[in-house]
Amino acid sequence: MAYLELNNIYKNYGKGDDETAVLSNINLKIEEGEFVAIVGFTGSGKTTLVNLINGLIKPTSGEVLFKGQPVIGTSHERGVIFQNYSLLPWLTVGQNILMAVKEAFPKKSKSELNEIVANYVEMVSLTPAIHKRPKELSGGMRQRVAVARALAMKPEMIIMDEPLGALDALTRGNLQDEILNIWGKDKRTALLITNDVDEGIYMADRIIPLRPGPNATLGPEFKIDLERPRDKTEMNDNPNFKKTRNAIIEYLMDIGNERKSEAKQEYILPDLQPKDFVNQFKFRI
Amino acid sequence: MKASATLVKTANFLGLGIFKTLKDLFTGKLEKEEFKNFLRKSIVPLASILLFIGLWHLGAKSLYNKEAEFKIEKALKDQGPEAAEALKLCMASGKSSCQPNTLPSPSQVWKSFNSLLKDHKIISADKAAFAEKTAVLNEQRAADGKTAIVYTGRPSFVDQIFRSLKTVFAGFLLALLIAVPLGIFIGLSPTLKSAFNWFIQIFKPVSPVVWYLLVFMIVKTLLIESNEDSSFTISFISVGLCSMWATLVNTAMGVSSVDKDYINVAKVLKLGTFQKIFKVVLPSSLPLIFTGLKITLSVAWMVLIAIELLAQSPGLGLFVWEEFQNGANDSNAKIIVAMFVIGIIGFLLDRLMLTIQNWVSFDKTDAI
Repeated sequence: MAYLELNNIYKNYGKGDDETAVLSNINLKIEEGEFVAIVGFTGSGKTTLVNLINGLIKPTSGEVLFKGQPVIGTSHERGVIFQNYSLLPWLTVGQNILMAVKEAFPKKSKSELNEIVANYVEMVSLTPAIHKRPKELSGGMRQRVAVARALAMKPEMIIMDEPLGALDALTRGNLQDEILNIWGKDKRTALLITNDVDEGIYMADRIIPLRPGPNATLGPEFKIDLERPRDKTEMNDNPNFKKTRNAIIEYLMDIGNERKSEAKQEYILPDLQPKDFVNQFKFRI
Repeated sequence: MKASATLVKTANFLGLGIFKTLKDLFTGKLEKEEFKNFLRKSIVPLASILLFIGLWHLGAKSLYNKEAEFKIEKALKDQGPEAAEALKLCMASGKSSCQPNTLPSPSQVWKSFNSLLKDHKIISADKAAFAEKTAVLNEQRAADGKTAIVYTGRPSFVDQIFRSLKTVFAGFLLALLIAVPLGIFIGLSPTLKSAFNWFIQIFKPVSPVVWYLLVFMIVKTLLIESNEDSSFTISFISVGLCSMWATLVNTAMGVSSVDKDYINVAKVLKLGTFQKIFKVVLPSSLPLIFTGLKITLSVAWMVLIAIELLAQSPGLGLFVWEEFQNGANDSNAKIIVAMFVIGIIGFLLDRLMLTIQNWVSFDKTDAI
């Protein structure tokens, strides 16, 4: 039995004539300790998929199983790193993390909780900024706080919804390494949603493309057979990497072209003539 | 040096950035651009104040002349040329008994302001003397279990101001205690929202006068057995009920429109209901709640005058009404003094709320 299982998931929004199918026939299995990346275009339903897995929304039909149990709501076992950080602006970095830790470990004493917070802030190297508010931090720092908040709850699975999408290339690379480091330390299961193929190849064991919505569904999976720890510069010369990368990009390009050709519908304009206002006016008189 | 730095910091915090500029001006640290800014912020308002007083003076003068001419003509028609001549002389001599009754000039208002302050000093001295005189007697009475003798003389203008402030703050507190919790409940529950919506829509536009009458009907019966003067109770309840709507609507809106991301965070962290309300919903709606409270305070101060006047509760409103009824030659000037005092206190109250808002809220709004 897989660790996380999605069986025949369909998700529709709206009702009646306005109903649109966002996801259809999604089947996914993730094993324990695995790092899976889902790659897709923007607007293909990635966030909907994430919210289904973490329990914020329910599927229209089908089931999400986590460790064999159906997911009915959110849980501390699945930590989420949101796309737009979602830090509470009125709390400091430390308070943001403390709030999460307090909920995850209600039995621990105050000093123990503070210690956990300090450790995780240290881990994302934000100790000097622990008393700052999110507004005073840069985008990369905010995302690191969000990472620390999700990890401090010691979830068994980490779900990341385009966590690095809004960052510059340099910060992105650093954070990728940090996330991999943490994942490697105690081998938690991880699901990464991204729109960057290279990021997926660098971080994941498997890449699954999400075909664009409406009616988004998962494409065939690509295994990444690269030794860990991976090195970005070395990777570029690895024939295996090149092959996989080209295959995925080709697949995504094909989907893109398919989408374009689908949209090639001919619209027939109605045969209308402009009204002759002057004559109408004369007639009236 | 350190003390002055703190002073400047406090002034900036209170939205009085001008003090820093003044300090820089005297210590010679001012840049050209800053100096221009300083001119715009200090000289321009000063000039417009002077212009306002000048226009007021001219307007008052022309109104005075019109009234005077009319009076003299009337005297000429009714009582003959001698009476008219006498009236003219009387007016020219500046005797107060025959001055035309119209808009007072700025100098008259200033004079009245000073006389009101003098009056306050006299009354305060009187009070102190009275307290001294009755101190021994009151001690005796307290020992005998009787109530103390209190000063029952006329309140001074300054006393009236403090009475009014007391009424406004009592009313504001009442509005706060009713509107904020109710607003939170309405914002959180769509059921309560539809239950209260008609109520809010109907009672929001009701005028202060009607509120006063409504409160009067109820409180009069409730306090029928007590001999105490209920005018204060009635007026502060009316002020509170009149002014609470802005806070109620704003709180409900703030609570119901919390950013979806924050709600998702609360869900993912599995916060309990109370935690969710106090740690996520309330902090994020604080800016809107404070906007409501600011409107509430200014509305409270505005309707206070009308309500005091109706309730015969001592305060600035009653002062204005009594001066109007009084019809003494400096009554008009005193009314204008009261008008300025009301306006300035209203402005200060608004500033006070803004300062508190900046202090508690994460969303720093600039002084408007």
